[in-house]
Amino acid sequence: MKKETDLNVTTPELPGTSLSRRNFLAFAGMGVLGTTLISLGSCKRDSGIMPDGTIDLGGGDIGILNYAYALEQLEAAFYTKVASSFYAGASADEISRLTEIRNHEVAHREFFKNALGSSAIPDLEVDFSSIDFNSRNSVLGAAKAFEDLGVSAYNGAGKLIANADYLLLAGKIVSVEARHAAYIRDIISNGSFADMEVVDANGLELSRDPNAVLNIASTYLKSKLSAKNLPTS
Amino acid sequence: MNFGNILNEIEHADPEVFEKVSQRRHIFKSFGAKVALAALPFAIGSMFKKAYGQSTGAIIDVLNFALTLEYLEAAFYQQGSANPALFPTAAAANAIATIGQHETAHVNFLKTAIQASGGTPVSSPTFDFTAGGTFPDVFLNYQTFLAVAQTFEDTGVRAYKGQAGNLISNNDVLTAALNIHSVEARHAAHIRQMRKANGFGDVKPWITGNDSGIGAVVQASYDGEENTMQAGIQIRDINGQAVSMNDASEAFDEPLSKDQILAIVAPFIV
Repeated sequence: MKKETDLNVTTPELPGTSLSRRNFLAFAGMGVLGTTLISLGSCKRDSGIMPDGTIDLGGGDIGILNYAYALEQLEAAFYTKVASSFYAGASADEISRLTEIRNHEVAHREFFKNALGSSAIPDLEVDFSSIDFNSRNSVLGAAKAFEDLGVSAYNGAGKLIANADYLLLAGKIVSVEARHAAYIRDIISNGSFADMEVVDANGLELSRDPNAVLNIASTYLKSKLSAKNLPTS
Repeated sequence: MNFGNILNEIEHADPEVFEKVSQRRHIFKSFGAKVALAALPFAIGSMFKKAYGQSTGAIIDVLNFALTLEYLEAAFYQQGSANPALFPTAAAANAIATIGQHETAHVNFLKTAIQASGGTPVSSPTFDFTAGGTFPDVFLNYQTFLAVAQTFEDTGVRAYKGQAGNLISNNDVLTAALNIHSVEARHAAHIRQMRKANGFGDVKPWITGNDSGIGAVVQASYDGEENTMQAGIQIRDINGQAVSMNDASEAFDEPLSKDQILAIVAPFIV
């Protein structure tokens, strides 16, 4: 079993920025996610850039929201590229559905961006060099990987969320990601919407913890992300 | 299998387990990763009974509510699969068989988890899948069968979503519920595609507005899905992006309360 991150490790933070960011968050929270955000600032670490350029997702629920924001950035960037020039042989139905998925992922990304306000991590740099955007197999294979990964990430993050409102928001998004995953799987191979790669003998889907998710996602990211301050239970 | 054997099994896989057991928050981490899948319901039940004593009643209530819905779905697919003539293709029959197996597995998982937690699983109600005559040909007419299936799956997704907050105090039960929730969403997406492929409804794998593609008879299962405001943020056209009203409603699924769900399924329960 993986060792748990030592919560006592001092986190490098940008000098002088932390307090003002928290104050702004408390202010912004009044109009955005309501009063629930205010209570998060006092004992939770904000996101920040570490000395080697790694992006620290931060701690507490803000860290989990940034974690989700990072994954949505990745998915939105992928489908934006897919929809900018479709692979050869894309059917009319595929073009419609994949364009809608792009719009859903953009909606998720922008939602987290606005909800996080000044606590949001920066825009991530992606690396899609392993994907051939002209090839249906390559694009749909990557889409399947992203969607299955996203579902397992939200499933694994639920228990790390302290605030029930955020848990519900994650729940509203994860089932849409699961619908995407099922669609992509079915157009690759009809009937594979919930096969044994993703659903176990008890009928339960996989969960992944943030480190496992980020390890997989890192293939597609130039930016480096750190989950070290995320909650672990 | 008893609890001692489970711990032995875990210790074999994870020698540090007994150190972790002394700290409650470590218990669930080790279980999620290491316990054989078949043992998981016992593990969940035993651990949360010890760790959470007083709150188990409320959590067992949620699990029994989920069990009732899973009984409904499992019985529905069993009866459907019992009539092979219902399905136009082997692929259709196989998909329904797969979904039915998942629902039966959910029933068994939830019963075991409830029992191991010191609770008593509710018994299965007697079902009338014609809903008192609303769907008289439900097991004879493929279109009717898929309409009811879609409604059950989309409703199930909303039911689990609505209960997540009630499980927030128990990490392992919450995770198990989430792991069922996303499977129900995958089922819903596939059945919606089956309906579309047969020309039964102009539906997508996701829910557009509050449109069921079925009709007023199932509208209660879709009301509220048209929501485009999330946590006070308007999703339509958010930050100048090309996010239409349909996109905005599709991008977020909406919960239903226990009472809303029970009202929806009541016509199917004798």
